[in-house]
Amino acid sequence: MNWHSFAEFGEMGGYALYVWGSYAMTAAALAWEALMLVQRRRSASQELRDQVRLRAGHR
Amino acid sequence: MTRAMNLAAFVARMPQARWFRFTAPATFYALAGRLLPWCWGAAALFGLAGLVLGLGLAPTDLQQGDAYRVIFIHVPAAWMSLVIYVVIAGWVGLSRVLKTRLSSMMATALAPTGALMTFIALWTGSLWGKPFWGTWWIWDAHLTAELVLLFHYLGLMLLQACSAGARRSDRAVAVLALVGVVNVSIVYFSVSSWNTLNPGSGIDFTRAPSMSGMMLGGTLLMAAAFWAWSIAVALHRVRSIILESELGNEWTAELPEARP
Repeated sequence: MNWHSFAEFGEMGGYALYVWGSYAMTAAALAWEALMLVQRRRSASQELRDQVRLRAGHR
Repeated sequence: MTRAMNLAAFVARMPQARWFRFTAPATFYALAGRLLPWCWGAAALFGLAGLVLGLGLAPTDLQQGDAYRVIFIHVPAAWMSLVIYVVIAGWVGLSRVLKTRLSSMMATALAPTGALMTFIALWTGSLWGKPFWGTWWIWDAHLTAELVLLFHYLGLMLLQACSAGARRSDRAVAVLALVGVVNVSIVYFSVSSWNTLNPGSGIDFTRAPSMSGMMLGGTLLMAAAFWAWSIAVALHRVRSIILESELGNEWTAELPEARP
């Protein structure tokens, strides 16, 4: 382990802004992409269910 | 002569060849569904290991202090931004040659992830550059080409969004994808050569690595995580794309997703 305390870890040798700014933005970007994926999947499945129900009604 | 005829006969039979089955959206939909948990799992596992090694265990750099820890995301994201573009160009080329719908679907599924990786590479590169070169940004070859790459991705996404099978915009996608490959090679070669801010890749497979073992290990683990993440995201997104385009077909109605 390179660190002696959590505070030291958080400070990143004085470069906290740059290091955590990078990691936070990356985490936010990946989380946003995952959210978009789930939403698209949901709406595609919903559309499929609507379509199937519509066709069943026509029969 | 007979050899040439054999080859012609083989090519003619190609659609029946085994691997060709997976170009059918219905088959690939199921295959991708099976692969997905493994890809997510690999991304999580490699990512966790890479973070522990890179943020927790790796020593402070003598020259750059702890600011260098940005490389554990900057380098993998920059790699992916280039790799994904080349892969997209490959899928686009394949869809022009083989006329398989799945190829252009894969190209469409990959573009947003490529754009995101480019954005992450630019953002983290800027945050890394500030403490060492005193500036967030300069218009040098490397940085400018990476920014142009972002615009290439956005252009691709725009064209793909209004394409949806229209032949003329399909050709526009192909042209843009191929032109962009030139730009990708500019980004790649300007990492170490030319007059740029970038400190050089640090990983040189032709010489002894200049990074410590733990720094290299952390970078490679994070690179594996970004690979797995990109594959997982692309497979997940292409499944949605397949569903959207196959709504009227019988096989989609029989999926568990179709049940109320």
